[in-house]
Amino acid sequence: MPTLTLNGMTVDVPPGTSILDAAKQVGVEIPHYCYHPKLSVAGNCRMCLVEIEKFPKLQTACSTVVNDGMVVRTDTEKVRKAVTGVLELMLIHHPIDCPICDQAGECGLQDYYMKFGLHKSRYALEDKVHKKKVQDIGGQVVLDAERCILCSRCVRFLAEVTGTRELDFFNRGDHSEISIFPGKPLDNNYTGNLADICPVGALTSKDFRFRCRVWLLKAFDSICTGCSKGCNVDAHFKGDILYRLKPRWNDAVNQAWMCDFGRLTYKEMNEARLLTPFVREEGARKVAAWGSLLPDVAFRLKATADKSGADRVAVIASPQSSNEELYLLRRLATELLGTKNLAFTHRVAGDGFADDFLIQADKNPNSRGAQLLGIPDGAVFDALVSKISAGGIDALLVFGNVLGALSEEETAALLANVPFVAQVGTNEGPVSKAATAVLPSASVAERGGTFTSHVGRVQRFRFGFPARGKAKNPVEILVSLGNRLGAGWSFAGEASVFRALAESEAPFAGMSYDSIGMLGQEIKT
Amino acid sequence: MEKVLTTHFANERYRRLDTYRQYGGYEALKKAFAMTPEAIIDEVKKANLRGRGGAGFPAGVKWGFLPKDLSRPRALVINADEGEPGTFKDRVIMTRGPHLLIEGIAISSFALRAHACWIYIRGEFVREAKILDEAVAEAYAAGFLGVNILGSGFDLDVTVHRGAGAYICGEETSLINSLEGKRGWPRLKPPFPASVGAFGMPTIVNNVETIADIPWIVTHGGDTFAALGVEKNGGTRLVGVSGPVNRPGVYELSAGANLKDVIYNVAGGMRDGKKLKAVIPGGSSTPVLRADEIDVTFDIESMAKIGTMSGTSGIIVIPEGTCMVRALSVLMNFYAHESCGQCTPCREGTGWLKKLVGRIEAGEGRQGDVELILDLCDNMMGRTICALADAAVMPAQSFIWKFREEFDRHIGEQKCPYGNRF
Repeated sequence: MPTLTLNGMTVDVPPGTSILDAAKQVGVEIPHYCYHPKLSVAGNCRMCLVEIEKFPKLQTACSTVVNDGMVVRTDTEKVRKAVTGVLELMLIHHPIDCPICDQAGECGLQDYYMKFGLHKSRYALEDKVHKKKVQDIGGQVVLDAERCILCSRCVRFLAEVTGTRELDFFNRGDHSEISIFPGKPLDNNYTGNLADICPVGALTSKDFRFRCRVWLLKAFDSICTGCSKGCNVDAHFKGDILYRLKPRWNDAVNQAWMCDFGRLTYKEMNEARLLTPFVREEGARKVAAWGSLLPDVAFRLKATADKSGADRVAVIASPQSSNEELYLLRRLATELLGTKNLAFTHRVAGDGFADDFLIQADKNPNSRGAQLLGIPDGAVFDALVSKISAGGIDALLVFGNVLGALSEEETAALLANVPFVAQVGTNEGPVSKAATAVLPSASVAERGGTFTSHVGRVQRFRFGFPARGKAKNPVEILVSLGNRLGAGWSFAGEASVFRALAESEAPFAGMSYDSIGMLGQEIKT
Repeated sequence: MEKVLTTHFANERYRRLDTYRQYGGYEALKKAFAMTPEAIIDEVKKANLRGRGGAGFPAGVKWGFLPKDLSRPRALVINADEGEPGTFKDRVIMTRGPHLLIEGIAISSFALRAHACWIYIRGEFVREAKILDEAVAEAYAAGFLGVNILGSGFDLDVTVHRGAGAYICGEETSLINSLEGKRGWPRLKPPFPASVGAFGMPTIVNNVETIADIPWIVTHGGDTFAALGVEKNGGTRLVGVSGPVNRPGVYELSAGANLKDVIYNVAGGMRDGKKLKAVIPGGSSTPVLRADEIDVTFDIESMAKIGTMSGTSGIIVIPEGTCMVRALSVLMNFYAHESCGQCTPCREGTGWLKKLVGRIEAGEGRQGDVELILDLCDNMMGRTICALADAAVMPAQSFIWKFREEFDRHIGEQKCPYGNRF
């Protein structure tokens, strides 16, 4: 392996490693804007200039591959002056509108100015070149050409990742700017990534625009629930409100990207939430207390099974539930209620759009997990629906806010055939409008657990903040119901459930939260 | 002195194939086909032929950069994007002796084992492109281009491609991008064109004059060519002289000509009794010389010794009475306009230089502006993908170093002492 000497430290790196990447390994930050590990090397921002022994000129660390015995310095006066000089030039036309810029707080210009600049402006204010601000170029982003440093990351993303090439450079010299072609707005499902990769405030998110200063946000690791791909995300929140999702790097799943659809799924966790348990009496909602509602629900399920037979009790699971929840629910249905009427459906309303990159047709995060845990999909679900329509079910426990692709009217008509419907769900929807008893559940941001992606990758989503209102973690709801049905479960939290699941369910054998880690683990096939 | 290129340029008909052949045209190609490609390259190496596009890179050495394996098709690209201000020599070759270039292309392509050649000609050269197109058509019709040239079994296609009017497309990788239909801006190197060039092919990019010299080298031998010049600078050079001299124009001179002699004898000296103030020796990007610095040999090494370049050998003569700040301002406008906008130091730096020099000329210069320009130059020089930033910096620095008092006077008096105003 080639050995690099960097500022006197030596490091061995694999052949083909750039100086910039090698420097990262020894904790030396080489400033850069245009370089992005997931895009081709452009080498045009000129921030990463370093001094290499035997080279007369400074070289760009992003584009220079380490040769054995290379001696590089980033801490010399020459490098410092060069970096400061480039930064000064980047900033001469910058509008410095940080107080109204969404990027403030996570801006490459601010960060490097504090680290490498701190210079007074030598550029005449009246000489600034003005460009068009607030341009709606389509998709999820707004373009401010004045803030742009022309690093070309966005252009390369659209050329190399989506292949749609909507953005390009126009004009020359200091009048150069990034823009779309006339009448051709962004037309792909990954435009939100442009705001992520833009190192400055030139491309900002329409959705997040002016909503919160970024330094007020906290983040936790999560998994996108928009489809079965299982894109790793960072969820940003303040208090109990989610503000945005950003892709979290996982080379095995979503690399550094996520789709525009998934990016907005956080809204569901903020809006139209079910916040208090309630029962429906003669068509009217009546707020209930957990302390009485949980025993009531358990009693109704049990009583129906005992009196009319387990065959008249049914459980509908949700592919939005975690592996842990599905595992408990299956045991509750089969072991405690003794019913064979257990199914779920991955179907949802809409067209099931998919592409060959991230977007999957199955719009649920955990259909695969449900299947692996022995909960049937498809024909079994359809048969269960038929049975309900025919009046064959007297008590039903439903997880989730919707019943597959059924509309609100269809759901209401179907559930009207069942005397007792208990729902565990997060949001107002067709099911909550028809259920007899509603048990509000914590959202993905408010609980932890694992999902199994469409390829069988088990990935953890983490607890972000306490559940809103009186919503409860569904694991807690299931354990509570289960114990009232005589389970004698001592599970405390999803981790303990996962341990039991890994012991008894073959596909998950040998897995633990530790082995799944930050990036997930594939099931054994 | 023996001429390599211009012997028959006075003859208007020389641009036609029949006249060109009357004077021995395309005999060198026949001779070349009897040689091996390696032998031709050896002659070019012996000729000490230095690239005529400005950088002066040895042509034979450049040819040697092509990968040894022949698995990928190769291309020869002719840089006819003559855009350097003060330079107008390739234009003369293309209008007066286009077949010199085409014969040179055929021989060079054979030597390089390239079967595709593009002549990338400057967009503004409408007339020149037309003449070149006609000459290429003549050569095809006579069997000097196309399939199985002169029964040699060698195939070559030549395409004349007009640029769209950007100075930067004279830089070889911008030229290749533009040729491929992309935005004309320089590529990050490596890979160099010799490994990945036009349309992904290993590509050699040569200047028009460089390739036009090849037939003579093949006919007379590399050593004979080398002897026409000086050590390390073989042959003759087309030198363009512009400015207030008695006989401005293009002259074919030994690569070892004396700069002062070129101005005072070849070009007939200063016009209307004007006095010489300064000389830009090799196109607008090369550092300026004061009148007392020009008694030097014009070859690449001698010019480098006095801190400038023979460049494209486009000599710009500047007389007394010219405001050097204004002259620099004109140049800075040019580079700011032509910067492609890719690298930060050049994109922003050329524009800033333009504004700084412009405001000094306009009588609005501030104390410290000259130091600011020099510091800015320091932050631009050698910091970019291509040499355009350097090309802007070299005149800026040299104008200030050599004519500092004029800049200081502009700032001190808050006006242009020459009364030149934009």
